[in-house]
Amino acid sequence: MDVDLKKVSTIVDKYQGAGGALIAILQDIQDEFNYLPPDALKSVAEKLKIPLINVYSMATFYKSFSLKPRGKYLVTICLGTACHVRGAKNILGEVKKRLNVKRGETTEDKMFTLETVNCLGACALGPIMVVDGEYHGQMATRKVDAVLEKYKSKGEN
Amino acid sequence: MLKLKLNGVDVQAEEGWTLLETARFYGLPIPTLCHYEGLSPYGACRLCLVEIGTGPNAKLVSSCTYPAEEGLEVRTHTRRVSAARKMVVELLLATCPDSKTIQDLAASMEVQKTRFKVRHDDCILCGLCVRMCSEQMSGKAIGFVNRGETRKITTPFDIRSEECRLCGGCMYICPACQLRCQGPDAPGVVCGSCLNVSPVCLEEYEDALCYLDPCCQCLKEEVKKK
Repeated sequence: MDVDLKKVSTIVDKYQGAGGALIAILQDIQDEFNYLPPDALKSVAEKLKIPLINVYSMATFYKSFSLKPRGKYLVTICLGTACHVRGAKNILGEVKKRLNVKRGETTEDKMFTLETVNCLGACALGPIMVVDGEYHGQMATRKVDAVLEKYKSKGEN
Repeated sequence: MLKLKLNGVDVQAEEGWTLLETARFYGLPIPTLCHYEGLSPYGACRLCLVEIGTGPNAKLVSSCTYPAEEGLEVRTHTRRVSAARKMVVELLLATCPDSKTIQDLAASMEVQKTRFKVRHDDCILCGLCVRMCSEQMSGKAIGFVNRGETRKITTPFDIRSEECRLCGGCMYICPACQLRCQGPDAPGVVCGSCLNVSPVCLEEYEDALCYLDPCCQCLKEEVKKK
């Protein structure tokens, strides 16, 4: 996959080549491309003059960084204790069935990426599902379809 | 010069020395695995644990990373230290039961078998190869990747790295994946090529009293006489 290295270059320049800004740089790249392309990581290492392995270590350490291309919308399902007792597992099962993907996978039409998280800190809203940064609290298996449909039609337009 | 107490004896240490360096300077043997002269201390294997402080404030620290301090009381061979080291070596043995280096360490500490489930990994994540690569070979080709259970040492993207010159430094220094113990016993059992006897001093006293190296030399000599 071709990556626009000019964009990477602009992002790195924004931080004036400071090695300590690596996380911030990776976050910006992830915002730009929706994931961290290998070529972008190489370019970052080169520009910051740090070993590629350091960049790679950082990118694999944090769960919020993804080295695989992600879908347009990120579906995050909370499996924390409060959500778990309120049936988050059923929600996850329903979403898996609807999207036909496993945890960490992206749908074929590159629309959704399914991920789980151990707590979102919004336990009162549980079971909770986040799509594209929007929180959907008090989820139920019968509500899943409507939420996913909403984003699907939004994404197609 | 810093003045501190090492096993109850007043000793002096240079500014910037670690406890391990101080102890070794005075001839006290402390077992280590992830420590290597010429590489930066890392404190991963926890074999070099020593006890510092007194009474209820006494705690175990890794001597390879702890700097010598003025007035510090350090004990290198107490019952607590000995028990902690044995536990560490058992855990290492469970991870890499065939490694000769770990087997030898276990034998030298009178550990004959691990109580944990044997895993047969090739890596104990001591970081020796990573430090060797970046500090001595200036390669910077390998490093830690992922975290938690999936943490491992590899090259970027798991492919042959352009930085790697195939110098073999990482394999030379690895205590886990290279030398295999050729003993006849099942994995997880220390083959016992070294004589295994427990130090008698610890049963009677809180501190080991002598520092014959290897430990239990006294017993071995008695065995010989008989």
